[in-house]
Amino acid sequence: MSDGVYLDHAASTPMRPAAIAAMEPYLVSEFGNSSGSHRAAAAAKAALEEARDSIAALLGASPHEVVFTGGGTEADNLAVKGAARAARAGSGGAGGHANVVTARFEHKGVLASCDRLAAEGFSVTRVGAGLDGVVALDELADAIGPDTVVVSVMLVNNEVGTIQPLAEIVELTRARAPHAVVHTDAVQAVPWVDVASLAAGADLVAISAHKFGGPKGVGALVVRRGTALEPLIEGGGQEGGLRSGSSNVAGVVAMAAALRVTVEERAADVCRIAPLRDRLVDGLLAAVPDSFENGERARKVAGNAHLGFRGVEAEALLVSLDARGIYAAAGSSCSSGATDPSHVLEAMGVPRADALSSVRFSLGFASTDADVDAALGIVPDAVARLRAAVAAA
Amino acid sequence: MSGGVDSSVAAALLVEAGYDVTGVTLKLWGGDSDSGCCSVSDVEDARRVAAQLGVPHYVFNFADDFTRDVVEPYVDAYATGLTPNPCVECNRSVKFGRLLERAAALGFDRVATGHHARVEATAGAYRLLRGADHAKDQSYVLYMLGQRELVRVLLPVGRLTKHEVRERAHALGLRTAAKPESMDVCFITRGDRAAFVGARATVPAGAIVDTSGAEIGRHAGIASFTIGQRRGVGIALGERRYVVDVDAASATVTVGTRDDLARGEVVVRDLRFVGDRPAAGQCVDVQTRAHGIPVPAHLVGNTIRFVDAQPRVAPGQVVALYDADALLGGGIAT
Repeated sequence: MSDGVYLDHAASTPMRPAAIAAMEPYLVSEFGNSSGSHRAAAAAKAALEEARDSIAALLGASPHEVVFTGGGTEADNLAVKGAARAARAGSGGAGGHANVVTARFEHKGVLASCDRLAAEGFSVTRVGAGLDGVVALDELADAIGPDTVVVSVMLVNNEVGTIQPLAEIVELTRARAPHAVVHTDAVQAVPWVDVASLAAGADLVAISAHKFGGPKGVGALVVRRGTALEPLIEGGGQEGGLRSGSSNVAGVVAMAAALRVTVEERAADVCRIAPLRDRLVDGLLAAVPDSFENGERARKVAGNAHLGFRGVEAEALLVSLDARGIYAAAGSSCSSGATDPSHVLEAMGVPRADALSSVRFSLGFASTDADVDAALGIVPDAVARLRAAVAAA
Repeated sequence: MSGGVDSSVAAALLVEAGYDVTGVTLKLWGGDSDSGCCSVSDVEDARRVAAQLGVPHYVFNFADDFTRDVVEPYVDAYATGLTPNPCVECNRSVKFGRLLERAAALGFDRVATGHHARVEATAGAYRLLRGADHAKDQSYVLYMLGQRELVRVLLPVGRLTKHEVRERAHALGLRTAAKPESMDVCFITRGDRAAFVGARATVPAGAIVDTSGAEIGRHAGIASFTIGQRRGVGIALGERRYVVDVDAASATVTVGTRDDLARGEVVVRDLRFVGDRPAAGQCVDVQTRAHGIPVPAHLVGNTIRFVDAQPRVAPGQVVALYDADALLGGGIAT
């Protein structure tokens, strides 16, 4: 970003130079369709499979378990809908009571998929979370039963950055619903935690390239061997029949390069970025009266900062910050671009007024001290001006 | 910027005039609406026009205010036999209320809309005039604006005819140049007012009576009726009938002839003026519908005395007062 201070890495990240370099040949000269039979096709296919091997290893999966998709939302849709429908079909349609359990703070890709399943006759249970930003394990345990076919809980929440107790969730599921499938949206987890080990017990793991320095429009779903899945997109049978369509070789190659760099540099990035985030949050909490943090800091990934400023409308603050070159986010941007009240904060039990005053600043591998300095210089003043205007009105 | 051609051209005119413009689309309603206003694709149209004009664009979510200040009063009104004016309430509370506040908080000097009316300033006093195209004049729905608002409002398209607005849009290559106008209440699927109100309030069925009180039919809910209404009365009678009264307490709709509707005056509440109150005895032009023909009257206290008898104004309707093209103010019929 040539101008402005980008503090919205949870929304998207700049591409890693290695990813851009890796994909360029596949945009320029290596344009063969990997599904073909001639040498040009074979070259593209080889690159695709090499990327698959690499991504699989980095995610703790075998290459046969990696399915490339058109992004994280698609991966979540494939996982949730695909597993539920396969389970129902597998039970001969007798699963009239088939149940899906998820959390109310999931990404819309998971929630909308669950809504669709509900319309198809599945029962869907959506459990809450605490003010700490962690899923309510007791509620989750109660919800999972013999009729449960899919349990979906994200590994890291996209708004408040909190890491969820996935190992416990897997354990709960195996105990209460041995035939159920565990899906985790790991989209926000990749830059910050060891997904391979934390999600080792999950049957379905979704990732999205543009959250870790790769291009938009490409992602992957780990589908553990033995997990039945009904495809969403059918056609030529690519990706083991689970996701037809000519492969996005350039995108996948870039995703593999980005993932490699991310995993290599993750520990160092976390070490460097966590103190930046702490300086930002502590600085804002100190400089702005009547401000608060959403989600428990100790349970968050290193780049997430989620703060509220009482008496200020987040929507107005974002406009003010945008005009002054600070790019942040609030709630969920719906398709219109309006700021809707955050369903995540609501799921956590944050009072509506506080939720409507809350903003997410998210740092990433490209963030610097200068970014934090700029935010500390501008945000308190922007808040103060809005509060003064409200008081004067 | 609603995504319509008027606000698109308004933005373009301001950019041309050298203003530092920011486009804003209001998200007011998340429900179903097929009237063509304020859907996600409308936001996209507004955003695209803003990009074409090179100005920033934001969406403000005022859905809570809209529900509370426009939709709920609308439902309450119909459920209690009154006739609401949702576009007026939206202007009052949201477009020239909330939005003016948000704009001021963000440091903007003015708010402009695509409304077809004109703001004129003479020696620090502001006047609101009808738009140049009388057939499209929207001053009626802006009757509530006073000096405090007008000092911060710009209405760029008021001096153009609708034809000129479209021509300007075409000339600028705006995506919205050929977009049809949105009619109807923006939050209700076409013609389904009774269902909308019925889903949100208890509207009991009742009797339709004539002016002598004799029952001549039944209705399924008073929300379907407005005083002065001619169609949909549902009764086959000799001459044309009109709704002359709606009584919520008894759920009774009274039907009569056009003569039964005639009134010499209407008492208004919440009377307000753009500038000074007109002098006692001054003859004013009164408009009781958004595109109604103005008729002469005199304002005495809160009573508007028509020179010639007029059909009864439905309680809840806005009554706007003019001096030729200048809007003087108005109130709500009781």
